[in-house]
Amino acid sequence: MLSVNNICFAYNNTKVLDEISFHLGKGELCGLFGPNGSGKTTLFKCCLKFIRPDRGSVRFNGRDIKKFKTREMAKQVAYVPQTHQPPFPFTVKEMVLMGRTPHLNRFYLPGNRDKKLMEQAMEMINISHLADEPYDILSGGQQQMVLIARALAQNTDLILLDEPTSALDFKNQVIIWKALRRIADQGISILACSHDPNHVAWFCDTTVVLGNSGLIANGDPDRVLCQDLMDKIYENTCLVRDLEDMKMIVPKGLNRHRAQIIDFPITGTS
Amino acid sequence: MIGHEGWQKNFCPSFMAFFIWVKMMQVKKIFLRTNRPAVLGFLFLSLLGTFFFCIQCGSCKIEFSMVVKTISSHVGFFPEISSIPRIMHTIVWNIRLPRTVLAILVGVCLSTSGAVFQGCFKNPLVEPYILGISSGAAFGAALGIVFPSFFMSVQLLAFIFGFMAVGITYSMARVRGKTPTVTLVLAGIITGSIFGSLVGIIKYTAQDTALREIVFWLMGGFYYAGWRDVTMLFPIAMIGFIIIWISGWKINILSMGDQEARSLGVSPEKNKFMLISLATMMTAAAVSCVGIIAWVGLMIPHSARMITEPDHRMVIPVSALLGAIYLIVCDTIARTLTNAEIPIGIITSLVGAPYLFYLVRSKGQRMFGG
Repeated sequence: MLSVNNICFAYNNTKVLDEISFHLGKGELCGLFGPNGSGKTTLFKCCLKFIRPDRGSVRFNGRDIKKFKTREMAKQVAYVPQTHQPPFPFTVKEMVLMGRTPHLNRFYLPGNRDKKLMEQAMEMINISHLADEPYDILSGGQQQMVLIARALAQNTDLILLDEPTSALDFKNQVIIWKALRRIADQGISILACSHDPNHVAWFCDTTVVLGNSGLIANGDPDRVLCQDLMDKIYENTCLVRDLEDMKMIVPKGLNRHRAQIIDFPITGTS
Repeated sequence: MIGHEGWQKNFCPSFMAFFIWVKMMQVKKIFLRTNRPAVLGFLFLSLLGTFFFCIQCGSCKIEFSMVVKTISSHVGFFPEISSIPRIMHTIVWNIRLPRTVLAILVGVCLSTSGAVFQGCFKNPLVEPYILGISSGAAFGAALGIVFPSFFMSVQLLAFIFGFMAVGITYSMARVRGKTPTVTLVLAGIITGSIFGSLVGIIKYTAQDTALREIVFWLMGGFYYAGWRDVTMLFPIAMIGFIIIWISGWKINILSMGDQEARSLGVSPEKNKFMLISLATMMTAAAVSCVGIIAWVGLMIPHSARMITEPDHRMVIPVSALLGAIYLIVCDTIARTLTNAEIPIGIITSLVGAPYLFYLVRSKGQRMFGG
């Protein structure tokens, strides 16, 4: 589906991406992660054709994306940005309907079919009840859901998400990742970048790990996320634990002050 | 002169009515979201009503039936021209009608391009003069006034320099095939200040009469409006308006930001360039006919958004209609309030500022979140 081949990119002689290659299959949920400054966003921009890599190519279904026009590209790949305030108070419906843009005719008039797909997209991730609310006063989690619904309405084979859960509370993080899991199970490929290795371990089929020296590992998160790799990218600050059948990455060298916890009045019953 | 009385009789009530009506529209917002053609039809009828009402007003009050008769005799419905006094032809057909039509066209131009600029720059506080059109046009007009070398030189030079200023701004802001918004606005300020100081030089060296004319031009007004201006502005205003209305959905997408627009299949560079050129052409044409009229381009798209909805497919036509109504009302005040004529720029700011202030306060911070 998506294959990235030997991509190199430099900002003013500073190499950001060096010979990165990976492949993403149909219906796979892939987590892209790595420390700050490892080039996650740059790689994203290359895949979306926002910037042109210095060398290498990005292929989509076997075709180089250089050959896609903006509109064709948008029919194949959807992009979910981080939540942001739009300058005008559009409603949720209008926001989701914007996803239909690449499929509209010359006059950009959304028809009944577009409205139906918009409603389906909202139903699929359970935000139909928000349809007539203004987007700009929703909570961060709801806004992120709306942007994901917009990408679904775009009806593409691949969705790219830029840190979808970075600004959300724990409950919303789980809701979003579960929604992504459901979408991937329907045959849509997803590439999501995240700062949290736990999310990758819990929800993703495959992972791409970027370090400061380029691509470090690529593959099944169960196999890839080991103590060695964590030590390498996070410089000995994490421990990898097994919790029943799940992986858990926890901070290293943390002293839990038991006495304080017991003294704390609310936890007294346990 | 019955000008002063006429003002009190006609305008206090009609102006109150205008504001009460706008307030009513806000209350009926839910209705507005669902029934777009009805809203546009209602606004269009309001425009027609205001149009005929404003032609009646003035130092010589004319009956409604006489206005209709005179106009229809010229348009060719009732060829009974002989039954209408000559003075009516002069006042209605040669003076008031072109002036009112021109006010409508200028209103359409300025408010439509205001809406385009606000959408493209993702910023509700932008006005059509942001890229330096006004100062460029002012420089052109000042040149034309001081050196009146050829026919229509003031208008032509204003148009050319207005357009040129935006061209300079755009090329200054273009870095590696991209035009970031902040750079563009900064370049606009730079261009504006350069042309501003050039105007200053001309003003400083100009003769008294020329100086007076420049100052009047800078404040804007419809004093010299004639059919010639109307025929010049009409095609530009209509073609621009229609293309921009059709692009309403694209402006929605562009207001999301360059990267999102691109990922939604709308090329930001190409479309922004097209829309900004059109809006610039409309603004430059309007400015070259009537001088710099402040506030309309900033305030009207804002009010349109507040009383209806933020979707630009609706904001554009509502802005155009509201802008037209607003300018003919302001122009009628400008020519009837006192015996002499007041520059319209003064009226539009004086009336517009408190209204916008009221809208912003009553709607809370939401319009500026972003």
